[in-house]
Amino acid sequence: MIAPLIAAEGLGKYFGHVIALRDVSLAVRAGEVLALLGDNGAGKSTLIKCLSGVHRPDEGELRVDGKRVRFASPRDALAHGIATVYQDLAMIPLLSVARNFFLGNEPVVGWGPFRRFDAAAADRVTREELARMGIDVRDTSEPVGTLSGGERQSVAIARAVYFGARVLILDEPTSALGVREAGVVLRYIARARTRGVGVVFITHNVHHAYPVADRFTILDRGRSRGTFARDEISREELLTLMAGGKELDALGHELARRSPVASPPAS
Amino acid sequence: MSMAPPSADERVGARSALRRLLARPELGAAAGAAAVWLFFAAVAGDSGFLSAAGTVTYLEVAAELGILAVAVAMLMIGGEFDLSVGSLIGASGMLLTVLAAEYEWPLGAALLAVAAFAVATGLLNGYLVVRTGLPSFIVTLATLFVFRGATIGLTRVATGRTQVGRLADVPGYAAANAVFAAEFPLGGVGVPVSIMWWLALAALATWVLRRTPFGNWIYGAGGDASAARNVGVPVHRVKVTLFVLTALAAALVGVIQAVTYGGADVLRGELREFHAIIVVVVGGTLLSGGYGTAAGAVFGALIFGMVRQGIVFSGVDADWFQVFLGAMLLAAVLVNNWVRRRATLAR
Repeated sequence: MIAPLIAAEGLGKYFGHVIALRDVSLAVRAGEVLALLGDNGAGKSTLIKCLSGVHRPDEGELRVDGKRVRFASPRDALAHGIATVYQDLAMIPLLSVARNFFLGNEPVVGWGPFRRFDAAAADRVTREELARMGIDVRDTSEPVGTLSGGERQSVAIARAVYFGARVLILDEPTSALGVREAGVVLRYIARARTRGVGVVFITHNVHHAYPVADRFTILDRGRSRGTFARDEISREELLTLMAGGKELDALGHELARRSPVASPPAS
Repeated sequence: MSMAPPSADERVGARSALRRLLARPELGAAAGAAAVWLFFAAVAGDSGFLSAAGTVTYLEVAAELGILAVAVAMLMIGGEFDLSVGSLIGASGMLLTVLAAEYEWPLGAALLAVAAFAVATGLLNGYLVVRTGLPSFIVTLATLFVFRGATIGLTRVATGRTQVGRLADVPGYAAANAVFAAEFPLGGVGVPVSIMWWLALAALATWVLRRTPFGNWIYGAGGDASAARNVGVPVHRVKVTLFVLTALAAALVGVIQAVTYGGADVLRGELREFHAIIVVVVGGTLLSGGYGTAAGAVFGALIFGMVRQGIVFSGVDADWFQVFLGAMLLAAVLVNNWVRRRATLAR
C-alpha cells in the first residue's frame, strides 16, 4: 500500500502549562479530502501550524511519503509539497489577479539587466490554471479586490496547486462566506482532489465538510475524538460528536421555551 | 516557454478598457497637470509662462522635487514613509562641500563618500523600521531631526559656519558640473541636466515597478506584508532596499543643489519630505501602500512646479502657494479614495 502523502502520529504541543494538542494522529492520501472538525479552541489551528511548519510539535512525529520529517519553516514545508492557504492572508487586494498568482514566483524573460517580469506568460498561465480549476475570471489584470471572497480563496487554491502542492491545507476557507460562495469553494476543493491533491480541510461547519470530505477527524480540547469515513457516520452524529452538539441541542430547547415570553410586544 | 500572446477574452470589451483607464492611479494627476497648465496659460500666458524659458523654469522646480518624489513613490507603494529625506538633502550637500572645499578631498572621493553616507542612512532607517516594527512615520520623523541637528552641529564644529561655499573653485568642478548642473542648449534656451535626471529616473522606476519581480514584491509588501511573506516575498529586504534608494535620491538632490549653487547651506531641503509626500499622493499613490505609479509622482511634481512658478508669472503673491498645496493635497486624497473604491469594488 502506498504511504500517505502526509501522516501525523501522536502529535502533542504544549504552550507552557496549556496542552494545545495531545496524541493526535491523522493521515491524508493523494486524491483524498480529510475534514478536520472542531469547535473554537479545539486545537485546529495548532494542528495545522504543526503540519505547515509554523510550530514544531513537542511530541509525536510527522511523515511525508512515509519518511519522517521535521519542518524548519513554512518554506521548508512548502518544499515538501505541503501548501497552506490561510483564510484572510492569501491575496493582495489591490494587485491584479495574474500578479497575485505569481507573487514571489515571478516568471522572467531576457538576460542580465534586461531580465524582466514576463507579464504575458503570467497572464496566460493564470488564465489557463484558473480555467483548469473551473474558475471563470474575465480579466486577469483586474485587481483581486474585485473578486468575491469565494473567488479569492479559489484563486489561492489554484495557485497552490500550480506551484506543486501535493497536500493542500485549507484554514477555514468557507467560514467567512455565504452559502452560494461556500459552494463555489467546495467545488474547487473537489476539483483539486480529482487532480490527485490531498486536502486537509479545516472547518467548524459540518454542513460544509460533509458533502466534500472522504474522512472526518474530530478534535475536541486538543484531543482527537476519532476519525470516521463518510459511510460510517451521519451528519447528525458528527454534529453531536463535536463539542457543541449536545450543548446546542440544550440551547435550542432553552431558547425555544423562552422566546415567546422574551419577545417584545407588537406595537 | 512559448511566447504566444495572451488569448483575448471576448467579454473584455470597450467598457472594461475605459474602466482600466479610469483605474490608472496617475490619471487624476495627469488631468490636474493639464488643467493647471491651461489655467496659467490663460492667466499668465502673456507674461512668460508659455515661453520656452518660462517652461524651463517650472520644469527645473519640478525636476528638483521630482527626483526625490520618484523614489518616495516607490517607498510609499512599498508601504513606508521617509520623513528624513529633507534633512538628508541638507546633509549630503554639506558633506560634499565640506569634504571637497574645506578638507580638500578630491571631488570624486567626496562624491563617493556622499553616496556611502546615503546608503548608510538608508540602511539605518530601513533596519530601524523593520527591526523595531515601529511605524516608519515615527522612526524617520526622529531621524529627520537627528540628521538635521547633526548636520548643523557638525558643520559648525568643522567650519564655524552654517553656510559653506567655494565648491566651484575645487579641481574637477567642471566635470561635476557637467554631470549634475550643466545646462544644454535646446530651442534657444538652456535646459538644466536635472530635468534629464528626473525623467530618466522616473522611466527606470516605472520599469522596475511594472516589469521586474522586485517591482511586484514592492506592491506585495505594501499591499499586505504578511500575505506577501506567506508566498515567499522577502518583505524586509524589499523595504530596506527602498529606504536605501530613497536616501540615494535625496543625496542626488543635495549634490545637484550644491554643485549648482557652488556651495551648501545646512538648512537646504527643509520641508522637502512633505512636498515629496504631497506630490506622490497627488499622483495617485495610496498612503496605505500597495498602489501607485512613478508616472503619478512625475505629474504631481509637474503640478507643483507649474503652480509655484505660475504664481510668480501671474504676479500673485507667492505666499498663496502653500494654501494651494494644502487644498490640492486634500482634494487629491478624496479623489484617490473614490478611485480606489471604484477599482476594487466595481462589480
